[in-house]
Amino acid sequence: MSLIVVDMVGPATSVQDAGRSGAQRYGLTTSGAMDRVSLAIANALVGQPCGAAAIEIGPLGAAFTARKGSVHVSLAGADRVANLGGRAAWINETAVMAQGETLVLSPARSGVFSYLGIEGGIAGEPVYGSLSVSARAGLGSPYPRPLRPGDELEVGTIKEAASARRFKPLLMSREPIRVVLGPQDDHMTPEAVALFLETEWRVSPKSDRMGYRLEGPKLAHADGYNIVSDGTVPGSIQITGNGQPLALLAERGTTGGYPKIATIITADLPRFAQTQAGGRVRFVSISMEEAQREARGFAAMLAHVRERVETLVRGIRSRESRADLAAAAMSRRDQPGWQDRIAVDDQSREVTDAGRFEL
Amino acid sequence: MSRSYPRLLPSGDSALVVEFGDHIDADLNRRVLALDATLAQDQISGIIETVPTYRSLLVHYDPTVIGFAELGAKLMTLAARPGLPSRKGRRWRVPVVYGGEFGIDLEAVAARAKLTPQEVIALHSGGDYRVYMLGFLPGYTYLGGLDQRLATPRRQDPRLETPSGTIAIGGVQTGIQCIAAPSGWNLLGRTPVRTYHPHRDPIFLIEPGDYVTFFPVQERDWEALDRAAETGDPVARMVDT
Repeated sequence: MSLIVVDMVGPATSVQDAGRSGAQRYGLTTSGAMDRVSLAIANALVGQPCGAAAIEIGPLGAAFTARKGSVHVSLAGADRVANLGGRAAWINETAVMAQGETLVLSPARSGVFSYLGIEGGIAGEPVYGSLSVSARAGLGSPYPRPLRPGDELEVGTIKEAASARRFKPLLMSREPIRVVLGPQDDHMTPEAVALFLETEWRVSPKSDRMGYRLEGPKLAHADGYNIVSDGTVPGSIQITGNGQPLALLAERGTTGGYPKIATIITADLPRFAQTQAGGRVRFVSISMEEAQREARGFAAMLAHVRERVETLVRGIRSRESRADLAAAAMSRRDQPGWQDRIAVDDQSREVTDAGRFEL
Repeated sequence: MSRSYPRLLPSGDSALVVEFGDHIDADLNRRVLALDATLAQDQISGIIETVPTYRSLLVHYDPTVIGFAELGAKLMTLAARPGLPSRKGRRWRVPVVYGGEFGIDLEAVAARAKLTPQEVIALHSGGDYRVYMLGFLPGYTYLGGLDQRLATPRRQDPRLETPSGTIAIGGVQTGIQCIAAPSGWNLLGRTPVRTYHPHRDPIFLIEPGDYVTFFPVQERDWEALDRAAETGDPVARMVDT
């Protein structure tokens, strides 16, 4: 086993995987990655299952050093500057952290969460099938809390024939976030439901892994803001006592007592979670039939993420081969159309007119 | 608003709600738990997990296996079936240190109810409570059956942090809050019992549909009980029903 040592880290950086299920009936939330797509990409790049544990890095910077061996890592998600031992590292590519080398990540320039995938995975003891950190519940492995400087993660050592890989970026929509109305849209006035869908909402700085608070016009409850507490899901949008939406995310309470006007569809949760504080979001209501079609498409897309990973250089092991890797990467970038597709250091994702993920 | 129950509500593309009513009621809750028990027995392919609450059952499902329409129809058929068998609840006796620094609102609750603190303790520990649900936070146990005289509105200014094991009153409900958390409820005491303990088997002690009674213990007993609970002793006693 090699080690990844945390040198520097901001808040909201923790080990996360696809989350835990089976204990929501006891009040234990699912936790897991805020952006399941970027988690899957980071994992696919280093040959891990798409829901495996990775390091979820919050909006601020971070630095990690490889110890006791070299580590093959990948980076996906929010756009940020990455520097590995004095060289640039790229979003949506793998990189070899030679023993003693430090990976320094800047704060996110766009997006919020990045994922550091690790070949061979992170060692830990799962609870309800997950290593995901839930600080409130005191769960997560190897540390049941967000990462701190000095923490050491046991991770896989690089294999003999590690290959440099690149992920062909997904096309990503900038259309409004899609929701299914309910379960308690009838606890809001019809005008409030219309206003909810017309408004460009601002993501409040008072947002975290539990949920994102949205700021905008006050929405009127039809019959008071208390309901008898019932179950929540990731993406439930509560309208709290002050008439403002609170979109519940990975670390939500399993039940809640505010009416839920709508639910963000699974396929749009990653995009919503990557909206920075101060960013704007709009919602559009779609039918249940359409939502179910999108959910099936999203599951299929996650299952096929691996097919968009391409090998740049085979059998890299050390610093020396990095020149070959860079040359290979440059030659690919010289190909026609390359600039339209690759994420170098601006957007890790591109826009499509169709308004959804496409392979 | 008049609605007809049970009814089906959408909760995004991967969950739905079977709602039996809109208020807190033991019979409604029994029907929720009966449907839950039925699903545990006759598993419908595609259901991932269920979350029973006061008056509704949230069903998480995999939309690549079963669709909203098909699952909804099956659940509504089951929900309408009379006399679903309900799981027999277990009964737990839970020790509580009432008052003082363990329950900083005991005197205020007593004053509001025009009772002495001792009378509040007697009424609260004399109650027979039904576990309506666990939710919000791991192990947070919502109990029905509070003596009406003890009903106390939630605080105007919720506390930002209340301790683990808190026994509190919020409106007509009382509950066991297992882990430290913000709360607007009125704090009567603390129990050393861990309804949730991530390093114990079982991780969760109490199930929805179980029954709970409290018994007062002295402050001097706290430390020993708390240590026992931390090392995995349930401390709560299960009694025959």
